[in-house]
Amino acid sequence: MAVDTSSQSMAKAAGDVARGRSRGTGKPETKLKRSLSTHWYAWAMVAPVTVVIAVIIGYPLFRGVYLSLTDANERNVARSIGVNEIPATYEFVGLDNYTEALTGDQFLGTLGWTLVWTVACVSVTFVMGLGLANMLNRRIAGRSFYRMLLILPWAVPGFVSVFAWRFLYNQDNGLLNKILAGGGIDAVPWLNDPTWAKFSVIAVNVWLGVPFMMVALLGGLQSIPGELYEAAEMDGASAWQRFRNITLPGLRSVSTTVILLSTIWTFNMFPVIFLLTRGGPGEATQILVTQAYKFAFEISPRDFAQSSTWGVLILVLLMLFAAVYRRVLRKQGEVW
Amino acid sequence: MTTAVNTSRRGRRSPLASVGLHATLIVASVIAVFPVLWVFLTSLKPAKYAITTDFVKETTLANYTDLLENTEFLTWFGNSLLIAGLTTVLGVFVSATTGYAVSRFRFPGKRGLMWTLLITQMFPVAVLIVPIYNIMATMGLLNQPVGLVVTYLTIAVPFCAWMMKGFFDTIPMEIDESGQVDGLTPFGTFWRLILPLAKPGIAVTAFYSFITAWGEVAYASAFMVGDENLTLAGGLQKFVNQYGAQWGPMAAASVLIAIPAALVFLFAQRHLVTGMSAGAVKG
Repeated sequence: MAVDTSSQSMAKAAGDVARGRSRGTGKPETKLKRSLSTHWYAWAMVAPVTVVIAVIIGYPLFRGVYLSLTDANERNVARSIGVNEIPATYEFVGLDNYTEALTGDQFLGTLGWTLVWTVACVSVTFVMGLGLANMLNRRIAGRSFYRMLLILPWAVPGFVSVFAWRFLYNQDNGLLNKILAGGGIDAVPWLNDPTWAKFSVIAVNVWLGVPFMMVALLGGLQSIPGELYEAAEMDGASAWQRFRNITLPGLRSVSTTVILLSTIWTFNMFPVIFLLTRGGPGEATQILVTQAYKFAFEISPRDFAQSSTWGVLILVLLMLFAAVYRRVLRKQGEVW
Repeated sequence: MTTAVNTSRRGRRSPLASVGLHATLIVASVIAVFPVLWVFLTSLKPAKYAITTDFVKETTLANYTDLLENTEFLTWFGNSLLIAGLTTVLGVFVSATTGYAVSRFRFPGKRGLMWTLLITQMFPVAVLIVPIYNIMATMGLLNQPVGLVVTYLTIAVPFCAWMMKGFFDTIPMEIDESGQVDGLTPFGTFWRLILPLAKPGIAVTAFYSFITAWGEVAYASAFMVGDENLTLAGGLQKFVNQYGAQWGPMAAASVLIAIPAALVFLFAQRHLVTGMSAGAVKG
């Protein structure tokens, strides 16, 4: 690739690129050569990632999409039992899995709850994060101490916190119900009643998500110049007007990013649901990701095709969301 | 938000507003800390008192000694350490140059690569888990640390590349230019000038991908079976499912898992958001 590039032309090429000019002007056959000599090191630098992504993400993705078009399950995929290699016997079934998923109740029902879950978690997390960030942005005694305590849920590995919550939620022995009992209130089936379970998983996810929101928004708040507030005060703007007209616009770019990230994370939030309720009671708290996991690893026979179909549909939904989100922002003149 | 309304003048708060502010922050802090604190307190009670409401009762380290002597906790800890460590080292190593190239150069294919990096970070675990599981099964890599490391690289590589781009973006271009004036090749510039400057960023990236692998649940639960192969995320599930609920050892295990992670986290967190949002906003 780089053999014909003398060190002289390389240095020249480097200068070219650093200044951002990269268009070749030669004839077609020299064009490729030229862009090779101009860009070979950039390409060499990105080669490892490109190769790794192609092999460990691209190929499985391709396989996954293919599996979603077949009737693959535990009994007909290629596998080795002891020394015997059993070849795959599943068949191509076209879009059957997709029509089944999109016309049946299960996918749409799960999607409905997943959307409720995502919107509830992200909006509550955002509002609480914004509120706490605003408080921490004031001059207040013990600010860094509060900050450290409030960040703690982010610092502890998620699966550990989820078990801590499961311990608190436990119906017979959990602390929450014991406290309620002390006040003469009946035990609440935190994780055993469909409605309560939905509430409980959202609460835990909000608890986990607020610190990130808060820290990100606090960073945004600190980047808003104080003069703006002083000027607004001189003009007699009320606290609410300052918040509405300085703080919120100043947080726009941070907010759009964290809301996008948080939406994607929440939509895909596997550990909270899986470790807290396993999707139960019944399938009440099952979100798309955990249900797809269940198809592939928890039912018998394992339904790989169905699981892949749901996986692909989740990805498509997320990409649609990101594209729409981006378009809306662009219309409003945001650079992202 | 509420305090913004209550405050009459910046810097001059009424005592009532101050009390309200502190009260809200104290309540929020208690909610944030309590579940973790409760697990810590539980871990110090004898196992038979694990479900009592007393804050402290016959303080003992029995849960810890029991955990270390009678369970596979140390094996799981080792597995997690090995897998997360390898993932981090490989992830950072593979993606460092890409982060730099994407941050500095314009080249054909850059847009496509950036989109790929962005989109792969949105991948739900559900889309890759089945095909990877099947591929690993045919290659005999299930239940092997190597298999899990390769799987975690699907998360770590795009993430590291993206985040390091963000950090390289904060290093001024003039440094590259001065390197070129002095006759360094792009690789030389990267290796001798930029990399040393980007050390804090690389440390944060490494730390974050370590924590991600350390806390991953779905792949670990699906791919690893058998007590001696589990990672911590899988091992902790054992306490609450298989043997009923062993809250005592579980609490002790939680503390041992959380303490090192939390300590390092509190040191690194200032940089985490900067790197992530910088990369994402400028994309």
